[in-house]
Amino acid sequence: MRAVKTQDISCNDLTWKIEYDPSRCTMCGSCVASCSFKAIHVAVERRDMTYSEAETPMPVKKHMARPVIEQVASLTNYCRGCGMCEKVCPNHAIHPVRNPDTRKTLLSKDSGPIKRGGRTNLNAQRTLDAIVVGRISQMTDPSLDAARHTFDIRSPLGRVLAARDLPLKVENGKLVPSGHTPPVHWIYPLIFSDMSIGALSTRAWEAVALAVGYLNEKCGLPVRMSSGEGGMPMGLLKSDYLKYFIIQIASGHFGWNRIIKAMPQMVTDPAGVLIKIGQGAKPGDGGLLPAAKVAEHVQAIRGVPKATLASPPNHQGLYSIEESVQKMHLSMSAAFGFRVPVAIKCAASATSVSVYNNLLRDPYHVCGGFFLDGIQGGTGAANEISLDHTGHPVVSKIRDCYLAAVKQGLQGQIPLYGGGGIGMTGNAAADAFKMMCLGANGVFTGKVLIQLLGCVGNEHGRCNACNTGKCPTGICTQDPRLVKRLDVDKGAQKIVDYVLTFDMELKKLMAPIGNSSLPIGRSDALVATDKAVADRLGIQYVC
Amino acid sequence: MCRIGSIKSKVPIPPSMALHLMLPQQEGHDNSGFAMVMQDLYGVFSAYKDKPLLSLACTQRGADLVEEYMDSHNFTQVAEWLPVPDKKSGLDIKAMPYYIFRNYDYPEDAAQMTQKEREELLLDTRLALRKLLAENNAGYVYSFWPDVLTLKEIGDPRDIATYFRLWDDNGCLAAKSIVAQCRQNTNYDIVRYAAHPFFLEGYTLCANGENTFYTKNKEFQSHLHRGYIGFESDSQCFLNTLHYVHRELGWPLSYYKHVITPLPFEEIQKRPDKDVLLDIRESLANLEINGPNTVIAVLPDGQMMTCCDSKKLRPVVVGRTDDRVAISSEVCGLNEIMPDRDQTKDIYPNEREIVVIDNDLEVTRCEQ
Ligand code: SF4
Ligand code: SF4
Repeated sequence: MRAVKTQDISCNDLTWKIEYDPSRCTMCGSCVASCSFKAIHVAVERRDMTYSEAETPMPVKKHMARPVIEQVASLTNYCRGCGMCEKVCPNHAIHPVRNPDTRKTLLSKDSGPIKRGGRTNLNAQRTLDAIVVGRISQMTDPSLDAARHTFDIRSPLGRVLAARDLPLKVENGKLVPSGHTPPVHWIYPLIFSDMSIGALSTRAWEAVALAVGYLNEKCGLPVRMSSGEGGMPMGLLKSDYLKYFIIQIASGHFGWNRIIKAMPQMVTDPAGVLIKIGQGAKPGDGGLLPAAKVAEHVQAIRGVPKATLASPPNHQGLYSIEESVQKMHLSMSAAFGFRVPVAIKCAASATSVSVYNNLLRDPYHVCGGFFLDGIQGGTGAANEISLDHTGHPVVSKIRDCYLAAVKQGLQGQIPLYGGGGIGMTGNAAADAFKMMCLGANGVFTGKVLIQLLGCVGNEHGRCNACNTGKCPTGICTQDPRLVKRLDVDKGAQKIVDYVLTFDMELKKLMAPIGNSSLPIGRSDALVATDKAVADRLGIQYVC
Repeated sequence: MCRIGSIKSKVPIPPSMALHLMLPQQEGHDNSGFAMVMQDLYGVFSAYKDKPLLSLACTQRGADLVEEYMDSHNFTQVAEWLPVPDKKSGLDIKAMPYYIFRNYDYPEDAAQMTQKEREELLLDTRLALRKLLAENNAGYVYSFWPDVLTLKEIGDPRDIATYFRLWDDNGCLAAKSIVAQCRQNTNYDIVRYAAHPFFLEGYTLCANGENTFYTKNKEFQSHLHRGYIGFESDSQCFLNTLHYVHRELGWPLSYYKHVITPLPFEEIQKRPDKDVLLDIRESLANLEINGPNTVIAVLPDGQMMTCCDSKKLRPVVVGRTDDRVAISSEVCGLNEIMPDRDQTKDIYPNEREIVVIDNDLEVTRCEQ
């Protein structure tokens, strides 16, 4: 007999419980082999069995030691509910079940703050689902035909000047340029947001990049992808495909050595530079790449030893927005000869409007985009306390920023991009459309992309083990055996198909409101079924 | 859907001709009002072409307020035409007590002003009068500009014409340019300010359709110019944009089309002037229009023009004779006032052009 203490961890203390049916199990061992968390193992149980081997019933009672699959009762090797065991089991003998009586969070604080990946699990409310596209063209003006009409689905990235400030002069009845304007690129309004090589496995990053290449070259959709902090492969930096990538610089400046070294050999400009000030999932906290994920190639790209890489919460040396504009924007712009838009990404916050106002009023006209990342954004690794208890929803913040610009007649001058929870329910097109009607020029999304690659994590506590290096789907890990689980081509295809459908669905929403251009700021096209949401966003309440 | 029309003529024409242009199209409108802007005036206003003309519909109190204001701001009245209405019973018209059309001389200090400053003074005066009348619920001021007369009323256009004796063709009212419309605004509240044509600093505009980018346009325009106010109708946005692009920015007229219905990105990329077109699309994205529309406008120099939305969802046709050009939503209107014209010369403007009629009645089609 084993001595049991009441304080011992039991499976009932964990978030997920494994349901196992020994009568279906053939002992193939697939589940144990597939569980990257070692949350199940083979054990031996004593079983009483009554059986008969004769032609007529001759029951015999026997004590037997039987091999079984058993859940590990541990706060380190615990079940994440990823369902890999269920997926591989040929006999449907095993699956995880959510445990409502879990004491896991309470009991896991012995070794400091809990870390995990994924999204907030506490604040996953869906404001956007309380909003409906309610201004449908009926008799007053015709709806368009999503299949037949042409639609102009492009958004600006870059600093847009007021018409009065455009350097144009009239010559022979024509306007001709008479000076330099900041670079502006018209891109697809869905940006693949920053997930670094390191946070993602190289193969997962490659799959996303492959989808970007295909969407641009074969489908004519100018989708742009942000590199994430941590640099890019040398080959890509020196290739023509660089034009589809927005290079990110964050407070750790990881990867920039390589980028700077590659500059003389770049054959084209990148699509943009994104200065990351903060991230919606963990505002006020810097990037975090646990040592377990700092594989050799990650060390090479970033120029670092194998160690946990914590980016500082601030860009050191920046003390104010003015300074950020002067130092970072200008130096980044200068680095690429003022040909590349430089945008900034901040975590949504109660202060976002002040930041946006400052950027709008900067006299250098260098900020080429304001990316606001809401609390529902994902991350590869963060303290759970930050994920669940800090941040700001993005919907009202985008609206606030847009209206702040409207108040000054400056709307559209610094394009607004919103992210954090876009596509959480699977329908990114509806979310994007509503965000645009509220004032965003476009949206960015990351989590949806890895979910398309196969990530099973969600905001109800499933998996979220991206920080462990043991990602069961080979996406957020550098372990070569796990990485092999990911089929790059299939993943890329899934993303391509999703974006093509996104495009069709956007048209399906633009057509009924009679618009062939993106309805940026067309809040009149929306109605809300929740009075508080309607009042807060300044749209019509309907019931 | 409403119907719009305009006539530009070498010889002065009476308002009844505009009514004849509009009435055959009445199936398409609901006869809920009549509004017109007359420019290049003859008849009783022939002698005062350079004196700003105030067009006003008001109550007795409104008339007093206006007089007081104009006196205290040193405008001196030089001429006045008060219509003597036919008040016979049974007319469908929601008449105001007074209709005042009055020419003023500029205040003395205007002599030192530049042309532009004088124009700004006229605008400021109109805006001040509008505010004054609105605060006192005492009437409406439509235009205050040399050689421009605006008349708007709610009711059946035929009865409105009877009321103002427009069928008499008595020679009082005549102009070489008239823009007209026979329907009160139906999408929004029925208020006189919502009825097109609208007028602003020499620009007249009338639109048939629905501007589904109204909210965007309005939010943007509200900060562009003090004259962009009211927004009682989504069509006012077309006028504000025309005024902004042509007068405020000083861009050639062809760029108006590039602003309201920009070319698709794919087409812009093929153009030699793509840098300029992209700059415009970026900076004035909020002035783009969407939805079905036709626009008829008159510029300060007297040129008349028409253009459509980018999908050509509303009709318009231009017909001409030697001494007259007319623009109309429907061809039946043209057949009524110019039955003998050469119909093969009628122009049905496409979605990518502006048709401009200059003061010699030369018609030019400007490809976008
Ligand atoms: S659900 Fe995932 S973590 Fe849990 S036992 Fe199965 S494979 Fe392991
Ligand atoms: S499947 Fe991988 S990427 Fe998805 S939540 Fe789990 S560990 Fe993270």
